[in-house]
Amino acid sequence: MFRKLLGSVREYKKATWLTLILIVAEAVIETVIPFITANLVNNIKAGAEMAVVIRTGLLLILLALLSLACGGIAGFSCAKASAGFAKNLRHDIFRKVQSFSFRNIDKFSSSSLVTRMTTDVSNVQMAFMMVIRTAIRSPLMLIFAVTMAFIMGGKLALTFVIVIPILAVGLFLVSRKAMPAFRRVFRRYDRLNESIEENVQAMRVVKGFAREDYEKAKFSEASDSIAVDFTKAERIVALNMPIMQFCVYFNTVFVLLIGSRMVITSQGSVIDVGQLSAMLTYGMQILMSLMMLSFIYVMLTMSAESMKRICEVLDEVPTITEKENPVTAVADGSVSFRGVSFKYSEQAEKYALSDIDLEIPSGAVVGIIGGTGSSKSSLVQLIPRLYDVSKGSVSVAGVDVRDYSLKALRNAVAMVLQKNQLFAGTVKDNLRWGNENATDGEIEEACRLAQADEFIQTFPDKYDSWIEQGGSNVSGGQKQRLCIARALIKKPKILILDDSTSAVDTRTDALIRAGFRSYIPETTKLIIAQRISSVQDADMIVVMDNGRISAAGTHEQLLKSSDIYREVYEQQTNGGDSNE
Amino acid sequence: MSNRPGRPSPAAAKPVLGRVLKQLIRFYPRLVPVSALCILFSAVVATLPTVVTQQIVASIEKWFNVDNGWSSASGEIIPRVILLAGLYLLSLAAVTAYNQLNAIITQGFLNKFRKTMFSGMQYLPIKYFDTHKFGDIMSHYTNDMDTLRQLVSQTFPQFISSGTIVISVTVLMLYYSFWMALIVAAGVILMLLVSRKIGGGSARYFMAQQKNVGKTEGFVQEMMSGQRVVKVFNHEEKSMEDFDRINGELFEVSYKAHAYANSLGPIIMNIGNVLYVVCAVAGGLFLLGGVPNVSLSGLPFSIAIVVPFLNMCRQFTGNINQLSQQINSIVMAMAGASRIFALIDEKPETDDGYVTLVNAVVDEDGNITESENHTGVWAWKHPHTDGSGTTYKLLEGDVQMVDVDFAYEEGKDVLHDVSVYARPGQKVAFVGATGAGKTTITNLINRFYDIADGKIRYDGINVNKIRKDDLRRSLGLVLQDTNLFTGTVMDNIRYGKLDATDEECIAAAKLAGADDFITRLPQGYGTPLTGNGANLSQGQRQLLAIARAAVADPPVMILDEATSSIDTRTEAIVQRGMDELMKGRTVFVIAHRLSTVMNSDVIMVLDHGRIIERGSHEKLIADKGVYYRLYTGAFELE
Repeated sequence: MFRKLLGSVREYKKATWLTLILIVAEAVIETVIPFITANLVNNIKAGAEMAVVIRTGLLLILLALLSLACGGIAGFSCAKASAGFAKNLRHDIFRKVQSFSFRNIDKFSSSSLVTRMTTDVSNVQMAFMMVIRTAIRSPLMLIFAVTMAFIMGGKLALTFVIVIPILAVGLFLVSRKAMPAFRRVFRRYDRLNESIEENVQAMRVVKGFAREDYEKAKFSEASDSIAVDFTKAERIVALNMPIMQFCVYFNTVFVLLIGSRMVITSQGSVIDVGQLSAMLTYGMQILMSLMMLSFIYVMLTMSAESMKRICEVLDEVPTITEKENPVTAVADGSVSFRGVSFKYSEQAEKYALSDIDLEIPSGAVVGIIGGTGSSKSSLVQLIPRLYDVSKGSVSVAGVDVRDYSLKALRNAVAMVLQKNQLFAGTVKDNLRWGNENATDGEIEEACRLAQADEFIQTFPDKYDSWIEQGGSNVSGGQKQRLCIARALIKKPKILILDDSTSAVDTRTDALIRAGFRSYIPETTKLIIAQRISSVQDADMIVVMDNGRISAAGTHEQLLKSSDIYREVYEQQTNGGDSNE
Repeated sequence: MSNRPGRPSPAAAKPVLGRVLKQLIRFYPRLVPVSALCILFSAVVATLPTVVTQQIVASIEKWFNVDNGWSSASGEIIPRVILLAGLYLLSLAAVTAYNQLNAIITQGFLNKFRKTMFSGMQYLPIKYFDTHKFGDIMSHYTNDMDTLRQLVSQTFPQFISSGTIVISVTVLMLYYSFWMALIVAAGVILMLLVSRKIGGGSARYFMAQQKNVGKTEGFVQEMMSGQRVVKVFNHEEKSMEDFDRINGELFEVSYKAHAYANSLGPIIMNIGNVLYVVCAVAGGLFLLGGVPNVSLSGLPFSIAIVVPFLNMCRQFTGNINQLSQQINSIVMAMAGASRIFALIDEKPETDDGYVTLVNAVVDEDGNITESENHTGVWAWKHPHTDGSGTTYKLLEGDVQMVDVDFAYEEGKDVLHDVSVYARPGQKVAFVGATGAGKTTITNLINRFYDIADGKIRYDGINVNKIRKDDLRRSLGLVLQDTNLFTGTVMDNIRYGKLDATDEECIAAAKLAGADDFITRLPQGYGTPLTGNGANLSQGQRQLLAIARAAVADPPVMILDEATSSIDTRTEAIVQRGMDELMKGRTVFVIAHRLSTVMNSDVIMVLDHGRIIERGSHEKLIADKGVYYRLYTGAFELE
């Protein structure tokens, strides 16, 4: 898992290594400084010459400046490495998602993908930064400082033999106990946030039923129980501090007592006052290093969850891939389904589509109707290979769709999805999704065809008017017509409208269909609709029921042969046929 | 109520900080001072080794060249060390205590704060939710709360502790030597300047990072939810390009923010190192040069003064470093806190209603009396303000709107002169384009918004006089966007009436035509729903929402596109249930499918906030007006 993620460091490897080297240098200097200072202090105490004192002083200042440079530059390179790492991770996740098939997308909800790309990545970024700043530095500092302490303080360094194990064991026990507690808290925290989300989104329901007090009580309970758990976890961690303090205190008392005795009895031959104060400094360094190590341990385990979630995305295998040497051109718009069965996941018991056989000649207009859950959408989604069939085959222009390159196939098949989406940008920006290089003329023509030009002209900035995220500032009918225009700009061989004119009035709907017939006669048109009027003049109407083709034929044929069709027709025209 | 802090500004930081502190002390009037005292005590103790070291070094100097010096020195040294050890033990107790207390205080504080925020939010008008982005509201509970946690658990204690140490060390320095103190002071001033410069830069970039994270999140959100469209249009490369641009911007600020923050520590520490050396050398020079000492203690220069000074120097540096690390979190916490306070200070929806809904008993003469028990009969209890006593009026569901004007934004009228009379049991339908004002009318009846002009009466009582809870309880609401809650199917139906029995809930589900699909769910009514009923189809969710309204059994129902996601065949099946549900109730229906509204008693056609046609289906067809054209499909609805 670590190796996998570290693969995303890429161009920031240099910054990472630079950080590591600088930090090692800084650690070395930092342990040398107290050593030299001790001598300086002894010199002063012994009343050495001024020149010696100044020379040592200058050396020390030089070292400090060097350490400052190392630390400062390391700060920058480390930030660069970790921010860059995060950038690459986000890039990789995003890229991966771009390669996902619809089946892959179904597996991850869009909000979970967002969390992975933001919160999780930033957790990993912080952990990475922490690791390169301290993972090497702390153990090194520990070793250097202990070594120096032994060289300098001799027996006095025995204090560390006592203190280090105490601190290490203490910290280890605390983090081991705290970790599961924290993980539990975080999971509950997620759930609490979900329930806030639910509450905010359902505010009209909450107020409509006057359930404010009920919601408050519900939240209060959840919040309290988290507070209890969180306090418990925090209190375990809060033991770190006293343990650390105890070690520092012990060290101080030990050094002062034993040290002063050693100085006096040996008359400064073993250690002197300078070493005494240096030992206190080393003590701090050693204990801090241990503390940092325990931080790293905690951080890594905490961010392990985030890493796992990121890896889940990166490891996901796109279920739809291209063949080698794929066919790169689609000859015409004929479609054929042969013995097609399809289910959304391997584990699903029920097939969404069963035994579909259907031949659609190029340029035909095909209407598809059926109730909710009759798998109308599932049927057409197989044509641009949004999903792959489970059994049988779907061909376009006589070639199995799996033999085409995805780009060629999807460029030839334009699909207006049921769950339409416009993106933040101008009208033109949105339309150019169909063809980046479309001229203004082409755009306007497509819009006239989709009956969208008329209302676009009423916008203050016409084609440069701003569309809000999700297209929230245009009406449902307008949005649908923009989406149709966007699909038309592709100049597709096959055009699929999945319930795409439901909010458009019947007259405009008829105009759009008439436009199709006269302007793009060669394009095969598949139209899924709830309204019979949207499909009744089609060359062929397919009636779907429960994942099977229940009947197919023209309007007149179906009125005679299909009960479902007749029933729907009568319902929709009931009492309203005065106009038809 | 005009104290709505807007965007955080440096000037606003102080009151916000003060407010957080005040809240903190109000929540924990005893624990907070106790914890603060413990921190203070341990901080003071932390400076003591300096004094002891000074004395011990002085003893060492004194007995250094004396034969068998230790036996004499130990008499001076050992009691001091024992005293120090004793103080250490006390301090250890204090450290343990305040760390434990802090855990309790922080979590308790956050919990209370969170609850205050959440309960405040429940009483905000719908307008607040219509005008604030969902993501922004959520981030008050997540990001902003987190900055507060940082503030309370780390920054505050750190400030008390470091502040105390800085002060006591300063005093000690002056006690030992003015000259040396001056040198340290110069170094400290340099450190403060550097940390202000770097810390300020880092804080600025951290704020920018926060903003860019939001931007990236927005983009990713849009692209992830539109991923299917991306695929259909082969738009992968293009969206990758856009993403890389935004991602690159985030990298730039994130890099700078962390770069400043990372380098601050080493820079301060090494300035500290330089200072340390300068102190040592200066001390040495003073000693060698025999410079006379000026100090509070009057002690002469000696190695016993230089050594503790070196320690104090370190202590100073360490604490200033700690403080400077907190600059970021203070800036961030101030911004977070002021956003949280903005939510808390938001004005709740006003409710001056005094007419309440009570259980009632009607005797043979038609007199209504209030009852403690659940009688199944409800009445409005109306205490008259003019002192003419209290009257009761049966809850019937008569709704009248007279000459109502309304605007969401000043100057942009959404409704003009709308009058609607709905007698008990009548079905009133609203038809019209998006933005014509259909939903707005229902928003006014249940007082999600208050009208600008005109009157709305419920059973003859002005709705402004009715307590909001009671008003809304008497109105059933089924919306186009169904929202279900985490819990079982049964729990979700019971939401309409909290004390409903299982039987009542099942009866309501049957009425709504939902029983059929529920019983086919793996665990029937006990099936858990999560993520707004993600495991159900849109149509099934609407059926549950209808059942939820049905169990409340209100005299008035508002159905806003309640069956829009149910296909026409299923709707025909549900229709029977719906007809059953609507029987005997006043119903307001908004539907874009005309088949749903055809059998209404009266249909109102709305256009740009005005009722342009009204009457029964037959009458409107005969009139051959807008409704006729809608019906014949010659007119676009949405």
